[in-house]
Amino acid sequence: MIRVYLPGHLRTLANINGEVEIEIQGPVTQRSVLDALELRYPALQGTIRDHVSGKRRSFLRFFACQEDLSHESPDAPLPDAVVSGAEPFLVVGAIAGG
Amino acid sequence: MSKVRVLVGTRKGAFILTSDGKRESWNVSGPHFSGWEVYHLKGSPVDPNRLYASQSSAWSGQVIQRSNDGGDTWAPVGNKFVYEGVAGTHQWYDGTPHPWEFKRVWHLEPSLTDPDTVYAGVEDAAFFKSTDGGQNWQELPGLRGHGSGPRWQPGAGGMCLHTIMPDPTNPDRIFIAISAAGAFRTDDSGQTWQPINKGLYSQYIPEPTADVGHCVHHMAFHKSRPNVLFMQKHWDVMRSDDAGDSWHEVSGNLPTDFGFVIDVNSNEPDTIYVVPIKSDAEHFPPEGKLRVYRSRTGGNEWEALTNGLPQSNCYVNVFRDAMAVDSLDKCGVYFGTTGGQVYASSDAGDNWAPIVRDLPAVLSVEVQTLE
Repeated sequence: MIRVYLPGHLRTLANINGEVEIEIQGPVTQRSVLDALELRYPALQGTIRDHVSGKRRSFLRFFACQEDLSHESPDAPLPDAVVSGAEPFLVVGAIAGG
Repeated sequence: MSKVRVLVGTRKGAFILTSDGKRESWNVSGPHFSGWEVYHLKGSPVDPNRLYASQSSAWSGQVIQRSNDGGDTWAPVGNKFVYEGVAGTHQWYDGTPHPWEFKRVWHLEPSLTDPDTVYAGVEDAAFFKSTDGGQNWQELPGLRGHGSGPRWQPGAGGMCLHTIMPDPTNPDRIFIAISAAGAFRTDDSGQTWQPINKGLYSQYIPEPTADVGHCVHHMAFHKSRPNVLFMQKHWDVMRSDDAGDSWHEVSGNLPTDFGFVIDVNSNEPDTIYVVPIKSDAEHFPPEGKLRVYRSRTGGNEWEALTNGLPQSNCYVNVFRDAMAVDSLDKCGVYFGTTGGQVYASSDAGDNWAPIVRDLPAVLSVEVQTLE
């Protein structure tokens, strides 16, 4: 079970309380996790990844296991600790505005 | 008894202000979509409880919200705005070609006849339409594709399509305005468009009388007389008596003819309102006095309306979509400021009072008159 933690404004948008738990069939990657997340919560479509380019929105970051995975390939395997559910996959709003 | 519902979009959420027809005591609901910019929200003329809201943020892009109960509850609908075909380029600030990129929805205009049909004006400037209550959006590409699109250039606030005015007497005719391209009109429901900027003069573009490139800030008409258009341009208040085919200046005795908002009294087609703002660099009222100016002659002759408005040390701005009128008698006039005040007049502008004082910066104000 993959654990995903979203920033507060996206949890509110999608009516999510706390973490989301997602079952993934096949490789666990940023793309497969976000595809599954958007399938369950369509309101999140376009809010984490751009509708057209499919790329991460520039003011959002992807963290896991104390590492910034934002610039990793969306098809790279996520860390084992994320795959096992020991650690969450974090979608984080970049600090902006002081 | 009639009721009034004021829909307020701000930098950090939406607020809904309601009152009975006396417009003396107000209930404030919100913030809705807390923390998000709400550039605009507006209700359907044929189903006033059907509301649409444009919610956006730099972090998570665009969301469109819909309410079927007058704003008590909301649900996100479609947020996929994709330009038709090859998006192409427009001019960047430095004059170089720049790819068209969707940024946000500035204005939502529900159809005059169908609550499920709604138009969206977006940045970078384009015209979208939904016929299924906002679930799916299609660009009507004839606007960007009519020929002048590559010459459009953003204003300081971005290259936004901010004004959409369907003609209530002609279902095929719609007026729109873009900063900084100008005003356009379609007479075939959005398939083809023509610039309607003859008579505009803009010193900040290389050819001041060019067919496009003018920074139109807002337009308005009276629904009984849609061939008479009023425009607040970057500089100059303008009027057209032929549906935009030609314009003439009606700035008259205004203390400055720069500003953003313009609106028309719902009962008197020749009574119009503007809020003069000092220059294009100092975006605040002249002399620190917040004054609405009213013309009862369709322009040129203006009177300052000050009762109840701050007349010293006031340095707020009033953004382009932040003024609206109700349809009661006497006409109610409403506007919001970057200081978070929403001011209302229930007597056509003679006297003003704040409905609320401390909202986030106000981006838009719309009014519904409910029976």
